[in-house]
Amino acid sequence: MSSKYIEVPSNAMLLERDIDKSPVLETMHLGIDFGGLTAVDEFNLTIGRTEIVGLIGPNGAGKTTVFNLLTKVYQPTRGTILLNGKETSGMNTVQVNKAGIARTFQNIRLFSALSVEDNVKIGLHNSMDAGMFSGILRLPRHWKNERVAHDRALELLSIFDMVDLANHQAGSLPYGAQRRLEIVRALATNPSLLLLDEPAAGMNPSETAELMENIRKIRDTFQIAVMLIEHDMNLVMGICEGIAVLNYGKIIAKGTPEEIQNNPQVIEAYLGKQKEG
Amino acid sequence: MKKISKTTRSNLITYAMVVAAFVIMQILSVTGHVSNSLAGQLVPICVYICMAVSLNLTVGILGELSLGHAGFMSVGAFTGVVVAMSIQSAPGPVRLILAIVIGGIMAGIAGVIVGVPVLRLRGDYLAIVTLAFGEIIKNLLNNIYVGVDSHGLHFSMKDTASLNLDNGTILINGPMGAPGIEKLSTFVAGFILVLIVLTVTLNLIRSRSGRAIMAIRDNRIAAESVGINITKYKLMAFVTSAVLAGMSGALYAMNYSSILPKKFDFNTSILVLVFVVLGGMGNIRGSIIAATVLTILPEALRALNDYRMLIYAVVLILVMLVTNNPILKNGWTLVKEKLAFWRKKTPETAAEGGGVHEQ
Repeated sequence: MSSKYIEVPSNAMLLERDIDKSPVLETMHLGIDFGGLTAVDEFNLTIGRTEIVGLIGPNGAGKTTVFNLLTKVYQPTRGTILLNGKETSGMNTVQVNKAGIARTFQNIRLFSALSVEDNVKIGLHNSMDAGMFSGILRLPRHWKNERVAHDRALELLSIFDMVDLANHQAGSLPYGAQRRLEIVRALATNPSLLLLDEPAAGMNPSETAELMENIRKIRDTFQIAVMLIEHDMNLVMGICEGIAVLNYGKIIAKGTPEEIQNNPQVIEAYLGKQKEG
Repeated sequence: MKKISKTTRSNLITYAMVVAAFVIMQILSVTGHVSNSLAGQLVPICVYICMAVSLNLTVGILGELSLGHAGFMSVGAFTGVVVAMSIQSAPGPVRLILAIVIGGIMAGIAGVIVGVPVLRLRGDYLAIVTLAFGEIIKNLLNNIYVGVDSHGLHFSMKDTASLNLDNGTILINGPMGAPGIEKLSTFVAGFILVLIVLTVTLNLIRSRSGRAIMAIRDNRIAAESVGINITKYKLMAFVTSAVLAGMSGALYAMNYSSILPKKFDFNTSILVLVFVVLGGMGNIRGSIIAATVLTILPEALRALNDYRMLIYAVVLILVMLVTNNPILKNGWTLVKEKLAFWRKKTPETAAEGGGVHEQ
């Protein structure tokens, strides 16, 4: 796949292959204040239809806050978010998810008392239509729903080779598997943009390598955009086509992995300023 | 070969247990082996099983604490009495069914009124509000007068005289409760209600809606992030629980010749909560067993007179100690594992290692 960036009229950069498709996400002057503290400010980012974008930055730079703004866990103080060309102001978390953003969490948030399969089925909630009464009375719609959901859940679990674990309790899975299950659950909501908050945290190098492959595979099969926060630079530089670097709530650099690696501001943010003279 | 999942099997065991208990009790009572005191307990046991299962839906499955479940029971009870006593012409079972259904509906409406404002909030507000609701309903019923005559139902909040009854009967007499109820409830009716409550609860839990409810319990933020409407499903569980409580309340009322509003006070709510906690949060079968045992126990200890509440308390403490004791708990798991091992081993050795594997 080509990964050449081209500037589009709105000053944003899009991948060549995404150029004739409208971007998944556009943020303009996005920002949030907590009291007197400006946590995120002037966050401008455009994500193409099938792009994998990395959001990096030192601890406390506001990366997770950006995710929380996009998913409306926090309401932005200023700025606009266009999701699939539609403004999301006034939407809540549930509506944003229905509109196409799914996410995972930095500290894993699974439905730990339920089975792996049920976790995925909960992700499929909005693709089913059986109401309370068809459930209680076991109407045909309930059975049809359950059959479709069961097949779909196993299909999604097979991306990460987790079909064998379908009947296990989610909370009893090893750490890496829990992270993968969270991704599967997010995918089940049929998003157009997948937000991954430190997907490789707690994984060993071989698991990380496998995860990289899987993120690419997800993008290719589902034709969706992925935005990820990650501290593992091998993963970020390995799979991200575009990278945005956040420091003190502001984007200090945007570009391809090569550009970011050689950007003096980024090096300064991570390693500190070189002594003069 | 069709495989039965673990939860299906567990549900089947629950149903089988209830049916078996019913059949045994029926046989015993036909052959005259049931004492009078136990025979009188049969309907209350069914009622408390329904109450415990329905409260478990709120406390164990939804994960919200409700301290006023008896309030919904009393709404159902008094509505049921009014319904059953104002349609004297219909046959008994029809009156009982109507009383239970309309009692359930009214309790459901009360559930909506309580639930809509409270369930939008995060935190323990439901416990506080349901606690107040139980007391409010009790005091409200202390001041309600309902009578029936040839013109229809009469209602007053003042006294019986202001009902202006034209040679009719008083159905609800304020603090004196509902006098002169016909005993329409039977053990069979109780058993059927238990089955209904059980089916509704178990089917709800294992459906799309039930998964959403449990998702909210396990992780509210994650549930929101996958597009689950929190308020809707909280309300669904809470109102269902209220409806089932109202239905059991109606059955309960029709088992006595008179009932008082103060019967459904805070103590009753806590009693039901004790059934749920002892039976295990979210464990429906546990609720059934706990409700049965703890309803029979005080009556069975009647011979011990003054000491019976003391023994009741000691039993409660012992059960809590036993169920939370790691050594005993592990011991039990060990036994279960051993059993599972032997059960598994038998077919596998028969098929020379080519036996059935789980998934």
